[in-house]
Amino acid sequence: MSDPVFIALCLGGLAAAVLVTWRMGQMSAMRTLIFCLILAGLLALFLGAPALRFSAIVAGLVAISAAASWVFRAALLMVAPTSMGPALRAAPLTAAFGMLVITIYAIAGIFAPLIAPFGEAEVIAGAFAPADGTMILGADQLGRDMFSRIIFGARNTVGLALLATTLAFLAGAAAGLFAAVRGGWIDQILGRVVDVIMSVPSLVFALLILSILGTNLTIIVIVIAVIYAPRVFRLTRAVAGGVVTMDYIEAARLRGEGDWYLIRREILPNASAPLVAEFGLEFCFVFLLISGLSFLGLGIQPPTADWGSMVRESATMISFGITTPLIPAGAIALLTVAVNFVVDWMLYRSSGLKV
Amino acid sequence: MAARDEVLLTIENLRIEGLSGEDWTEIVHGVDLTLHKGEVMGLIGESGAGKSTIGLAAMGFARDGCRISGGRVTFDGIDLTAAAPAELRGLRGTRIAYVAQSAAASFNPAHKIIDQHTETPVHYGIEDRETARKDAMELYAQLRLPNPEEIGFRYPHQVSGGQLQRAMTAMAMACRPDLIIFDEPTTALDVTTQIEVLAAIRDIVDQFNTAAIYITHDLAVVAQMADTIKVLLKGTEVEEAPTEQMLSNPAEDYTKSLWAVRSFERPIKQRPTDTEPLLSIKGIDAAYGPVKVLDDVSFDIHPGMTVAVVGESGSGKSTTARCVTGLLPPTKGEIWMDGAALPARYQDRSRDQLRQAQMIYQMADTALNPKVRISEIIGRPARFYSGLKGADLTRRVDELLELIELEPDAYRDRLPGELSGGQKQRIGIARALAAEPRFIICDEVTSALDQLVAEGILRLLGRLQDELGLAYMFITHDLATVRAIADEVVVMQHGRVVEQGPKDDMFRPPHHSYTDLLLSSVPEMDPNWLTELLKARSAAGASEAATI
Repeated sequence: MSDPVFIALCLGGLAAAVLVTWRMGQMSAMRTLIFCLILAGLLALFLGAPALRFSAIVAGLVAISAAASWVFRAALLMVAPTSMGPALRAAPLTAAFGMLVITIYAIAGIFAPLIAPFGEAEVIAGAFAPADGTMILGADQLGRDMFSRIIFGARNTVGLALLATTLAFLAGAAAGLFAAVRGGWIDQILGRVVDVIMSVPSLVFALLILSILGTNLTIIVIVIAVIYAPRVFRLTRAVAGGVVTMDYIEAARLRGEGDWYLIRREILPNASAPLVAEFGLEFCFVFLLISGLSFLGLGIQPPTADWGSMVRESATMISFGITTPLIPAGAIALLTVAVNFVVDWMLYRSSGLKV
Repeated sequence: MAARDEVLLTIENLRIEGLSGEDWTEIVHGVDLTLHKGEVMGLIGESGAGKSTIGLAAMGFARDGCRISGGRVTFDGIDLTAAAPAELRGLRGTRIAYVAQSAAASFNPAHKIIDQHTETPVHYGIEDRETARKDAMELYAQLRLPNPEEIGFRYPHQVSGGQLQRAMTAMAMACRPDLIIFDEPTTALDVTTQIEVLAAIRDIVDQFNTAAIYITHDLAVVAQMADTIKVLLKGTEVEEAPTEQMLSNPAEDYTKSLWAVRSFERPIKQRPTDTEPLLSIKGIDAAYGPVKVLDDVSFDIHPGMTVAVVGESGSGKSTTARCVTGLLPPTKGEIWMDGAALPARYQDRSRDQLRQAQMIYQMADTALNPKVRISEIIGRPARFYSGLKGADLTRRVDELLELIELEPDAYRDRLPGELSGGQKQRIGIARALAAEPRFIICDEVTSALDQLVAEGILRLLGRLQDELGLAYMFITHDLATVRAIADEVVVMQHGRVVEQGPKDDMFRPPHHSYTDLLLSSVPEMDPNWLTELLKARSAAGASEAATI
């Protein structure tokens, strides 16, 4: 194909993408696409077809994900209960994109054995075999199918991160709320314990405990929960501390309500917005920590598929121009972004924050 | 009264829009105003009347989320709505100044008062630093601040609220502006402090022949300060007239209703001689850490009676309430209810003892959980104390809503954020009633409300007392409220009870000297009241000095 024809085709495709997005009423996505269009034109002028091809692919990806998110939101609107309707309809496309990605990851994780064409430890080809009809992402350094391992990795890495974050939140938030309600010496003791935990660098702490006790999954989860609970504790205590001074808390106390009622009915509803946001953030950090631990060899052990260790195992190949390690890294990045999109939206909704 | 024929400020058909959600709604609907040099105009109205918005518009300014959508504001021949930002900046602070309601929130806590004072004149090159400082000290002296040479070198938190408010007035005067906007400058102050600030403001405005717009919701205050009064309601003008005429003969019904509120008074009930007191405070001392705040406080509250506890801020009124509720255990003395001593800490009291004494708070905003629906706010005490469930509970909630004069079907499922200030306070009352108490502590329940709304709350409380035989401990600093609702009065100062007795005795001389000061400091509608009072006080001061 000659260059001018190719350039014309690409520009035409981009313009179509802009039109479609604009018709869906998404200003921010449209701006991104217009930017891509201008950029593509400039690149084509100065650098020729390859650069144009790259920007066209990027713009195409943005357009496709915007369209997919829009369709996903429309589908959600159909299945969701009517009470959720207005909130969902007002959800930005970024949030819909986040939910779409999370849903895809969840499905991949839950139904991993059904979706993956090969087993997670099954050797089917030569080392770093390129993609072909059976292996859409190629093979890793031992000749295992990359796609299957990514799918199983979703189950292992994300599942573990979710479990650890939830545990950290339950422990941290419960302790933080309790400290805020009780105050006095209970608050002091909990606060100092937390200071001690936080004074040890988290990765060093994890390495230490895991090297002593061994790298079994239960221990990984507990260690990570211990590392992250103090942050949750501090945030919860600060937020709840502000709520506790309100007159309605005093009114409830004078009524004779117990601590549990105060926490559950009076404080938690007023502290949930920052906690939800924190959950999203912490989830990403935990996720990265697990990947980091795996990368160092102390996390999830081979041959179990895990994104962090997948990056490590093939990391050196990046200097030979092989893109295999970028695939699990990209999977990590995508989920992190998706979770934050959703959390931003929830935070916006529950706090009435103006952007 | 200097020559006042020269027009300084004209506002013609001013329209201001505010952003609510996504849409602009008009909140000021075409207000006109003409202010001459040296004239003081009082703007009065309830909250939401647009007083402050109009005051700011007189400086060509609209708050975030507001915009001036129509009309003209002309200051000394300059159209402020069309002026460039740089031109406006040049005017503000030098020719137009602004005094905010809360001086404590308006001063930067990190800088000394005098440095903030001299910033504007030095910045615009009107005076050099030294001259500006000397001038500031002179103004401090004129505003009767103690140690005028030294007080400016303190930080804002190191002076009292009344002093800070005067320092802010001095700051507004720094460049000798032609116009000052006073936005409720004394609302946050005690009556005794208010007098000093009012007198200081009036003197200095007179002396420099400054024009002023005085925004307030207190009619008596505006009567002392203003030459003309403009009454506003929901962003429109109700009427405007010279002060004397407005006070003696208001034309509009709305204005008349504002005036009439002040005359609300409940018939006094005689304390039955044979009953035991419901609640008896017996010689309590209390302290926050090492600081003693209550000293031997004793008084009784009889069933069905209203005992008003009055005093300035810091006099120990609210601390007494905290002791009664058990939030702050007294260091000495006891609180008796129904002839038996209550445990000092609320944690040690029985559920029934807690139920008997309920509390209504000053700030309804912080007293109601913003995330809980009205039905649950009111329903919870009923469920908690009486174990009501299901249909019984719903019926009880409806009953309570009817009792506080709110339509059950319209309000049951709302969140507190969807109510007005007065409605929120009513919900606070309903929550207290839900416990079926015999005694309610009302802590400044009307001070955050507009006068008409406050009157409605007082009438409601009075009716509930008659129907349910409640006893109230009514904490307030507002003697008009005391006059309206109290049967007995307890006057507190510095943590002590200085005087107590039936209301009629308290409002009739002879008084304790502090009671006298409190009573005489309550502004009256007579425009000459402040002048007369200051004259009387200086005479008394002189005679006192002579006897010493």
